[in-house]
Amino acid sequence: MSSIVVRGLHKHYDANRAVNGVDLLVEQGEVFALLGPNGAGKTTAVEILEGHRSRTAGEVEVLGHDPETGGRSFRERIGIVLQSSGIEKEFTVRELLTTYSPMFPRNLPIDRIIEVTGLSEKADARIKTLSGGQSRRVDLALGLIGDPELLFLDEPTTGFDPSARRRSWDLVSNLRSLGKTILLTTHYMDEAQNLADRLAVIVKGEIVAEGTPETIGGRAQSQSTITFRRPEGFDLSLITGAQLDGDTVTIKSGEPTAVLNTVTAWATERSMELEGLTVQQPSLEDVYLELIGDGHV
Amino acid sequence: MSERTSDRRLLYDQIRYQNRSFWRTPVAAFFTLVFPLMFLFLFNTLFDFEIAEGEVSVAQFFAPSLAVFAAASATYTNVGIRIAIARDEGILKRVRGTPLPPWIYMGGVVGSAIWIAFIGTVIMLAVGVVFYDLEIIGATLAAAVVTFAVGSACFAGLGLALAALSPTGDTAPAIANATLLPMAFISNVFLDTGDSPEWIKNVGDIFPLKHFVTPMQDAFSPFTTDAAWRWGDLAVLAAWGVVGAVVALRYFKWEPRAESAAGTTRSRRRRQRAEAL
Repeated sequence: MSSIVVRGLHKHYDANRAVNGVDLLVEQGEVFALLGPNGAGKTTAVEILEGHRSRTAGEVEVLGHDPETGGRSFRERIGIVLQSSGIEKEFTVRELLTTYSPMFPRNLPIDRIIEVTGLSEKADARIKTLSGGQSRRVDLALGLIGDPELLFLDEPTTGFDPSARRRSWDLVSNLRSLGKTILLTTHYMDEAQNLADRLAVIVKGEIVAEGTPETIGGRAQSQSTITFRRPEGFDLSLITGAQLDGDTVTIKSGEPTAVLNTVTAWATERSMELEGLTVQQPSLEDVYLELIGDGHV
Repeated sequence: MSERTSDRRLLYDQIRYQNRSFWRTPVAAFFTLVFPLMFLFLFNTLFDFEIAEGEVSVAQFFAPSLAVFAAASATYTNVGIRIAIARDEGILKRVRGTPLPPWIYMGGVVGSAIWIAFIGTVIMLAVGVVFYDLEIIGATLAAAVVTFAVGSACFAGLGLALAALSPTGDTAPAIANATLLPMAFISNVFLDTGDSPEWIKNVGDIFPLKHFVTPMQDAFSPFTTDAAWRWGDLAVLAAWGVVGAVVALRYFKWEPRAESAAGTTRSRRRRQRAEAL
């Protein structure tokens, strides 16, 4: 079953096409990442799905509701962690959770939320005394209070130090194991790679690639690079496209298995070991930089 | 599927939560509750005379007037500033993303403001009774209570309009003061406009504050012979309250201004600039 169905979504501000024809399908229980540089239209698209913004054109269905008109019964089933939103600074973490909790018909126990978001020590501290990362975790706690079926996370770890990011990733993985559907936006590739079952890359309001972290952008099919130190008597003409760089042989190939077979057969016949043998796929980062027209991150 | 919390319970929660927020913001508490008391002290000191033959103190005029002023700022100024700041900070946007019906959030702010107006009024009258020989008149007490309720609701409605029309939380207090203070001067709150030019009186008649103050003064005046029900004034107050609510419904925004349609590009540009540095 699909939690989110989007067809031909447009959002225009005068001449500025913030979202320009986006299609999306997010299945129930899936962690889906929307990856893109700043200003690509991620937040605009997600805020349309949350019901915060109207759309210029297109079909949107989230948990069977049109977010624009879904109202109360729609919002009872989703959790929203906005990229930036205010918290009442004069209240404690527990007071806020206690205030927000009855707004939803279903709830996660407050103590449990405090625990999973790592706020136990700060539960009775006022928000104004928390660090940026801590108050971001309060955002997350407030997003979880209604035990949502679908959770929106808009750049949840921007500005976190590495260990805080790691903890948040663990938390999201936990949520996934509870069967929650999660739509995540991020401009960190490692975040998408670590968390997402599937991801889409959005640039200038359009989706330029979609797939799993392993296959996106034709990553699985694209050319692998095989390198090894040239053994004595190795003839470059044995493999088409082989190049010599110093004493290193470099072969770029779309069929690395066949190439490896030829090379290793040659070596085993002579009882030789190929020194420095490596096979490399393009990293997600390489693919991503290529997709967004490189260097705009 | 579990059941929804009743709307009444949610409203009660919101009022309590807004009350807490008020008491934890000492500046708001000071200007709403202490500031009008300073006027009472000053006026009683400056105008130390008796209105009629050693019987009636000036507090009999000033205490109800300043109680109304306190009630008006507890509702109009407070509601306007509080909501405008909550919008600036993105709190309204967060609330909008929850299932809480918008009217319950607004009801919480308004309900809390009226409660605080009530406290302000009671403090003002209590100080008047204890220190300045203010007399509470039993025959007009019912009218005083109803006038308070209608007037506070009216100014809370206008506070919603103020929040809707203020572009930011910074402009809300400026607009509030620039409207409420001059209105107070031409509405018999600080001084009697009996000898003022006709047009001043006419302008005062248009706006709601005079229609809040006059019945309240009547309810405390020893010269009043009836029960001080001033239905005409109450009708004007109700009408202004409705106007405020309609304006609020028409112009209200849940998102901070910087995030509105035109601002998206602006804030994005700012972010890009920050990154370029």
